[in-house]
Amino acid sequence: MKHDLQLNQAGELRHFLTIEGLRRPHLEQILDIAESFAALPGRQVKKVPLLRGRIITNLFFENSTRTRTTFELAAKLLSADVINFNVGVSATSKGETLLDTLRNLEAMHSDMFVVRHSHSGAAHFIARHVNPGVSVINAGDGWHAHPTQAVLDMFTIRKHKGDFTPLRVAIVGDIQHSRVARSQIMALNTLGVTEVRVIAPCTLLPAEARSLGVHVYHDLETGLEEVDVVIMLRLQRERMDGALLPSAHEYFQLYGLTEKRLQRARPDAIVMHPGPINRGVEIASEVADGSRSVILQQVSYGIAVRMAVMSLTLGARAGEQRG
Amino acid sequence: MTETANIHIRGGRLLDPASGTDEELDLFLGEGRVLAIGEAPAGFQAHQVIDASGQVVCPGLIDLGVYLREPGFEHKATIASETRAAARGGITTLVCMPETDPVIDTPATWELIRRRAKACGNARVLAVGALTQRLAGEQLAEMAALKAAGCVAVSNGRHRLANTLVARRAMEYASTFDLPLVLCSEDPHLKANGCVHEGAIATRLGLPGIPSAAETVAVARDLALTEHTGSRSHFHTLSTGRAIEMIAQARRGNRRLSADVAIHQLFLQESDVDGFRAECHVDPPLRTLGDRDRLRQALGEGHIDVICSDHQPHEADAKREPFPATAPGISGLETLLPLTLRLVEEGVLTLPHAIACLTANPAAVLNLPLGRLEPGGSADVCIFDPEAVWEFSAEKMASAGRNTPFDGWEFRGRVTCTLFEGRITYRPET
Repeated sequence: MKHDLQLNQAGELRHFLTIEGLRRPHLEQILDIAESFAALPGRQVKKVPLLRGRIITNLFFENSTRTRTTFELAAKLLSADVINFNVGVSATSKGETLLDTLRNLEAMHSDMFVVRHSHSGAAHFIARHVNPGVSVINAGDGWHAHPTQAVLDMFTIRKHKGDFTPLRVAIVGDIQHSRVARSQIMALNTLGVTEVRVIAPCTLLPAEARSLGVHVYHDLETGLEEVDVVIMLRLQRERMDGALLPSAHEYFQLYGLTEKRLQRARPDAIVMHPGPINRGVEIASEVADGSRSVILQQVSYGIAVRMAVMSLTLGARAGEQRG
Repeated sequence: MTETANIHIRGGRLLDPASGTDEELDLFLGEGRVLAIGEAPAGFQAHQVIDASGQVVCPGLIDLGVYLREPGFEHKATIASETRAAARGGITTLVCMPETDPVIDTPATWELIRRRAKACGNARVLAVGALTQRLAGEQLAEMAALKAAGCVAVSNGRHRLANTLVARRAMEYASTFDLPLVLCSEDPHLKANGCVHEGAIATRLGLPGIPSAAETVAVARDLALTEHTGSRSHFHTLSTGRAIEMIAQARRGNRRLSADVAIHQLFLQESDVDGFRAECHVDPPLRTLGDRDRLRQALGEGHIDVICSDHQPHEADAKREPFPATAPGISGLETLLPLTLRLVEEGVLTLPHAIACLTANPAAVLNLPLGRLEPGGSADVCIFDPEAVWEFSAEKMASAGRNTPFDGWEFRGRVTCTLFEGRITYRPET
């Protein structure tokens, strides 16, 4: 009895919480709309009046200047008004519950919440409790999902590779604690790639990694053989403390992406990273700055993708109100 | 109704696993005790006759390991609210865990609970005293004093003992007084901040997992310490099939070992938390379908002696948070019997065996003169209609905690009357 919280009766996106449960046309629609926003190469995304008069609240319970900024920019380019609410430094430190915070902000007539929270399931929780007219976009919850990041990664891959079906994609690093990886794996499989690989030591893999629809590799060089896309994940510094890894040095020795190792991948392989990168921990500078790196493109595509998601979810709302 | 009222329970199927009775027999109660079974005692004059034809008459249920929340957590529930819920569930004896505030590590706290329960009068409340002071896992609690004051067992509850030496000393000291130990065995380091079973669902939802090994490692340790110290160990609320296999094996050499399972573990599994359902957040977590089936099998084979509710009522806000921040636990008193009867319906247990798991068996584990119907014994009786089909509704619960994943479930078998010490404590208006 799984009622899909993020789709309306017509199967349109009313919230954007996770890639799970979405079908290929959903993702392709977002990519196509993003394409229209990002249409002119080399030129800035044009400001459009689609969400004029709408209020979008960035509700960040975890610090993240860069993700918040891209959401803010995307909202402004859609002509929406943006409120930034850093809850880490306001409400919860005064003992207010998440639901109280939410009720207070709703009283300010927000049309959309963009939520980041350290607990998996936080965006679902908020979506379940907001007023019926309000959309929720998950900007990252715990280790669970970061769907806009995954879609912008798909956008980047499509830009470079066109068709998804023949692709082999390797995701390298801390899969267990990565909401980005979970969303990427689901998006890649939904879009029908040939193979998704995850490459990591056992301590950084979830208990049942294979159940996500991936092949598991522990050796970076073997795992990179013949891949079209290499996605490196950021290794959080705190992973060094919990007996998950012996040292940053050994991690780079085994799992750091160098030019030499990248030779194993296909000659036209691209290298991606959700940022911020740790040079010399998971990726060598020569690769990060090299010709195959598309890391900075990911950042600029992120704006168009977030514009697409925002306009789509609020559009589905408009459709509901009409119907 | 006064305590001296004579009650005649007529025409019911008398089911008393302790004596092996299972036939249509009348029951005669007076002065809070069972006076006779079958034939009325000489000169018996009933003040009240309860027609139990077509119904099952069994000993009042004993729930081993509940949280009544008082003192300290009255915003969740109170002794008054939870003993009312117990009566509605056919339960006449509640064995409460030491995790109140202050914890039950001195006779004074227990005395407070005892008096309040006595004043409420809806059910017998017994206590499991603390194994260590403040449950901190460092200094032993004054177990002899707790026993003298009436505590029926000792436990460190969900405050797991990380220090194996403290665990050993606590078990040795408890066995000095032949006090049963209620063990919630789980390795706190392996559990860490986990909130669901470490499996496919945790992998997909990105929730911190609790590996099965958190339980098996701790059960293995506690079995070894039990063997070493000769303590009377009762393993409480097991969740993994592997742990119960180890216990089954250890029992062959030690008849004093026993185990229980929370009723929800026999119906729910890890996939029930999908969609971040906080009402399925329990401790220990819901495990795999395989674990559920092995627990059911172990129950059928007698390796698990007792079914309990693991009753943990919460205020609504405790479950209104993102999943990892919610409080674990289910308010289970009112679903204990209906779910157990469903096990019978599904062929896991016979009805007498099922009732034994709720009456005679918990009494045996804790050495209580309860859970049976015999002349002279306390007149604690549960009467239920085994054919009544009804829908369980969270809204209508008597417990102050409405946290249940069973809202809307349809059950066959419903309590029609509960008597505690010869007084009717529950009888629905018809």
